[in-house]
Amino acid sequence: MSQYLLSVYQPDGPIPEPEALAAIGEDLDRLNDEMRAAGAWVFSNGLLPPASATVLRPDGDEVLVTDGPFAEGKEHLGGFTIVDVPDLDAALAWGKRLAVATTLPIEVRPFA
Amino acid sequence: MTLPTDGAEAVAAVFRAEFGRAVSVLYRYLGDLDRAEDAVQDAFAVAVARWPVDGVPAAPSGWIITTARRRAIDRLRREAVGRSKEAEATELLVLAASLETASGAVEDERLRLIFTCCHPALGPEARVALTLRLLGGLSTAEIARAFLVPESTLAQRISRAKAKIRQARIPYRVPSSDDLPARLASVLAVVYLIFNEGYTASAGDRLVREELCAEAIRLARLVVGLLPEEPEAAGLLALLLLIDARRPARLDASGAMIALPDQDRSAWDTALISEGHAIVRGCLLLGRPGPYQLQAAIQAVHDDAALATDTDWRQIVTLYDQLLRVQPSPVIALNRAVAVAEAEGPSAGLAAVEPLRDSLAEFYLLHGVRAGLLVRAGREVEAAEEYDAALRLCGNESEREFLARRRGLLPEG
Repeated sequence: MSQYLLSVYQPDGPIPEPEALAAIGEDLDRLNDEMRAAGAWVFSNGLLPPASATVLRPDGDEVLVTDGPFAEGKEHLGGFTIVDVPDLDAALAWGKRLAVATTLPIEVRPFA
Repeated sequence: MTLPTDGAEAVAAVFRAEFGRAVSVLYRYLGDLDRAEDAVQDAFAVAVARWPVDGVPAAPSGWIITTARRRAIDRLRREAVGRSKEAEATELLVLAASLETASGAVEDERLRLIFTCCHPALGPEARVALTLRLLGGLSTAEIARAFLVPESTLAQRISRAKAKIRQARIPYRVPSSDDLPARLASVLAVVYLIFNEGYTASAGDRLVREELCAEAIRLARLVVGLLPEEPEAAGLLALLLLIDARRPARLDASGAMIALPDQDRSAWDTALISEGHAIVRGCLLLGRPGPYQLQAAIQAVHDDAALATDTDWRQIVTLYDQLLRVQPSPVIALNRAVAVAEAEGPSAGLAAVEPLRDSLAEFYLLHGVRAGLLVRAGREVEAAEEYDAALRLCGNESEREFLARRRGLLPEG
């Protein structure tokens, strides 16, 4: 079995209305339950907004602490799921379900 | 298969026919494309040295696979000796031992290999290159020449794709029935792309390009043989045969393109046409029409006409209507408009092109088609403008010459 990181990419800017968000949350709960039942679920959670991030950079003997996020862009990592499955096709099948549930693009990447 | 008795020719013939099968079998054993490819190359190198001396073995395909397996075992053992970590060395020796005890009977694994090479998680260019390399046995140099890219770029493209297959663990199997239609579409698209690259004889080595067409047809035959229940695979094969049949009449002595109505139809390959016809009839009987079957049916109508003026354009318009229902696309609608013009005259054709002018504004053929229709409608000034627009947008040398020749027949605007 192999582990894959399914990253949810979220556009910067306002988040959906509470009702829409609640419906997405329910879909995600159901999907996570299915992943657990299938024995594929390892971890899953959403992240708080990028403005809450802090970045640490090694600098000689010291480590500098700065206000984050690390990369400024039009999208940011909104959360992720880790699945443990036989191969890429199985990971892509869960990834497609996650894309539908979150209504957002998903990047599927294998762990070493 | 009848083989030439001459050793060197025999190796070449077996190479084209068996390279992909041997790689697919070895990949199954080894789980690594580079190792599989190296082992098969080694086996053919042995064949080149031995066959001219010892004669061609009775079962060349089995001989290649057996030899490749032995060579792979040797390589694994040598590699194990060089490994400093005991665990790695043991792993290689276990793999070598399992290869040695593997039974002689080999299953045709090429279908699995095609689906792996054409996996949608790989970039389209990588799919084409990998398929030609691993299933077709073309060298990276040959593929690079055919696609007019530097060999180093092509080699890098292939090695990146192999690394992704390994790292992302792209599976080596025929997709489940749920996924099969989408995944087969990706395989067929790769084969069609290979054919088109060969057929659109722009620049580059003409022989290599003809080889691409032949390879695409060979791959299409392979897919049809392995998935006989899929009418779209048969449809693609028929489409390629029916287009390829016209190749002898397609270019003049200077290499310039000759349009379909002006081609010498007696030069068309009647054997390919009748084979294509038979396949189209067979798959349409299954009642599951798809884009490739319908495009093949359209080409079959063209190939049916002994003279261009005999072409049944109404039948072609009907087929385009069906094609647009299964695959709505402005380019197909443009082709339909050409058929409408032939069936009902240039004004009807121009009316059918009208709604496409925005979406295809940057496509040279839209302007080329309008130019031709405007000439026929006697609107020469507008036609000249459209030829100029087409020439600005067209990148293919033979087609540019064709457009320029037509433009030259008009009075200067």
